[in-house]
Amino acid sequence: MLGRTANDLFWLSRYIERAENMARLIEAGYRIALLPRAGDDRNQEWASTLESAGCTQQYKAKHGVLDTRNVVDFLLFDASNPSSIHTCLATARRNARAQRTALTREMWESLNGSWLEFQTIRPETLRPDALPRILDWIKERSAGYRGALLNTILRNDTFFFSQLGTFLERADNTARILDVKYYVLLPSTSMIGSGVDNAQWEAILRSVSAHRSYRWVYKDSYRSWRIADYLILNRAMPRSLRACYTEIDNTLDDLSGLYGEQEPCAETARSTLALLEKGDIDTIFQSGLHEFLLEFIARNNRVAHEISEAYHFNS
Amino acid sequence: MEQIRAAELKPAFDEMNGFGQGVREPYSAVSGWLDSVRVEDLRKKSAEAELLFRRTGITFNVYGDAEASERLIPFDVVPRIIAAAEWRRLSAGIEQRVKALNAFMYDIYHRQEIIKAGRIPAELVIQNSAFVPEMIGVEPELGIYSHIIGIDIVRTAENEFYVLEDNTRTPSGVSYMLENRETMMHMFPHLFAENRVAPVETYPDNLLKTLESVAPHKLDGDPVIAVLTPGIYNSAYYEHAFLADQMGVELVEGSDLVVMDGYLNMKTTQGLCRVDVLYRRVDDAFLDPLTFDPSSVLGVPGLFDVYRAGNVTIVNAPGAGIADDKAIYTYIPEIIEFYMGRPPILKNVPTYNCRKPDALKYVLENMAELVVKEVHGSGGYGMLVGPTSTKEQVETFRALVRAKPDNYIAQPTLALSTCPTLVDEGIAPRHLDLRPFVLIGDEVRLVPGGLTRVALKKGSLVVNSSQGGGTKDTWVLQD
Repeated sequence: MLGRTANDLFWLSRYIERAENMARLIEAGYRIALLPRAGDDRNQEWASTLESAGCTQQYKAKHGVLDTRNVVDFLLFDASNPSSIHTCLATARRNARAQRTALTREMWESLNGSWLEFQTIRPETLRPDALPRILDWIKERSAGYRGALLNTILRNDTFFFSQLGTFLERADNTARILDVKYYVLLPSTSMIGSGVDNAQWEAILRSVSAHRSYRWVYKDSYRSWRIADYLILNRAMPRSLRACYTEIDNTLDDLSGLYGEQEPCAETARSTLALLEKGDIDTIFQSGLHEFLLEFIARNNRVAHEISEAYHFNS
Repeated sequence: MEQIRAAELKPAFDEMNGFGQGVREPYSAVSGWLDSVRVEDLRKKSAEAELLFRRTGITFNVYGDAEASERLIPFDVVPRIIAAAEWRRLSAGIEQRVKALNAFMYDIYHRQEIIKAGRIPAELVIQNSAFVPEMIGVEPELGIYSHIIGIDIVRTAENEFYVLEDNTRTPSGVSYMLENRETMMHMFPHLFAENRVAPVETYPDNLLKTLESVAPHKLDGDPVIAVLTPGIYNSAYYEHAFLADQMGVELVEGSDLVVMDGYLNMKTTQGLCRVDVLYRRVDDAFLDPLTFDPSSVLGVPGLFDVYRAGNVTIVNAPGAGIADDKAIYTYIPEIIEFYMGRPPILKNVPTYNCRKPDALKYVLENMAELVVKEVHGSGGYGMLVGPTSTKEQVETFRALVRAKPDNYIAQPTLALSTCPTLVDEGIAPRHLDLRPFVLIGDEVRLVPGGLTRVALKKGSLVVNSSQGGGTKDTWVLQD
């Protein structure tokens, strides 16, 4: 396989995953913005949404103050925002076109169909009540693409590089959401168990589609340390850091098997997984949740970088 | 004004109805179908086909424009049909022609016998911008320069076929031949039950066999083949990806390739991997910046040296464009006689080469009746169709030709045959041409069929997709 193909497949998966995550993030932010609270604060939730999406600076430069319409437009439709859903879908489709020969017909048609339909949406004529429908649609299309991938692609390097992109992006996303809101999760004397806390905690869970499953797993109301435990260490939660790294570790194993050679990225991924398997949430809180997450994000980036080096993405 | 002039043309031969003496034999079943089907239903099917093409991404790009520019080539649901006997004659003519073209190229890049024999003027070859001096003395595998040729053929009567031009560089359109068939079989399966249509889907397999057969002879083992594309913004990108996919070979860009230790390599996830046959869909100028255009970022530095050393086969060979130059075209009948020892089976369109004074005089005097083409133009650009042009357009061209006669050829305006086509006013005759794709390797391989291009505008003779032309499925019937 060409190094460029591996690179394009990896980023194609990352962008699809990013679009889906962005849809969840907007959904969670939108719910909070609807909650009754002190008037000026109403739009504050958007600040952490932009922070999680990593585009606070660009937003400020373009729009200045926070307001729902501008934030939603910026995150969904703005072609000049490198993280907007528009950009994610456009880039994913461009990569897919460049790698037509690597994709199955089902994968291509799913992606191409999404892009063609997305282009028919006219943001300026959009009614506010259409937003939830569009966000659902984006999640649905992303699931459709993943489904086509899982159901039709050969289990060779095409599949492996796609998987790596998905789970590295997902791990990064979950870690960022937690990090932006880490202070909400810290035990503090005031507002414990207040409505605001609960809403904030629920927003975090919602942004990874985990607000329902949490109840099933913990049979308890929201507790900050359990939320952190769930999203970082739980092996069954498909968007937890540990679950992502189980997939990454397995995939790199498969890739080493296929190519008959183990690369340094496999070692870095394995030690990251070990950290998550052995970790317990009390220790993480004691030594600092924020520090733990920063360290994780850096490791995650290192794995991505080592993969691109080992498999000649840009040579 | 335009319409009056168009009407002055002789009535055209119709593929289905001839000159009006009733339905021709090959169309008997399809004619019955057209009589029984409602136009609205055909329109529905047509829209369905368009959706299918759009979803599959069978598009062509318009140059100088980015993402928004992917366009569909209109697909017409009425097939174009060629009888078995007609095809036998066409294929014999095509085979003779492509063998002569390759023999001609071998000769002019070696001993130049045809020039010495005085059959073709030396300066027409040597000073031709399509002649690549770097190719002199190079020995391509099996002596073949042009392995894939698209021959544009038009028809004017029951037994009158003419070759309009040869495409010996990087002919495109074969993906439409294949996708059009897929689409027709998907939408109208019963038509294939009623007609014995020869299959075309063996083309990718034939292409692969052809490419394998011209691999460097010193190579042990199976050759590694790759398709070289300029990238996703190229107008024919879909086709490049389609062919690579159908053959199961890598689709590479210049940046994926590197010359190392005398061989061509592609950069893979496991390091460098040797490439033995490069089916390139980029122009000569962009192949190797060290040998050709130094400003090109598309090519592979050092590729030509690897080629000259016989360590990679480039398909089609650099310099193959000399055989489809429009000034050389006028000499093709001579070329066929010279190398094949027989008169051509397929006729050329009579052509006035404006570099000759008497021809120039005739062209200038009769411009309003002629088709005038730029020698190096393509895609229907830089061309005048006299009878359907305004006075001003004719005058503009007259000035152009007078200023630079060497740059132009002219041909009588042929009444291209028509075929029933679904258009706004219903089913109506539209002019068309035919481009069969022929493969030349250890043998000549010709899939029974080709790309039929149809001018969708009433009376128009310009079939190019860049000028609003559409395509049809092309059926060759079996006995």
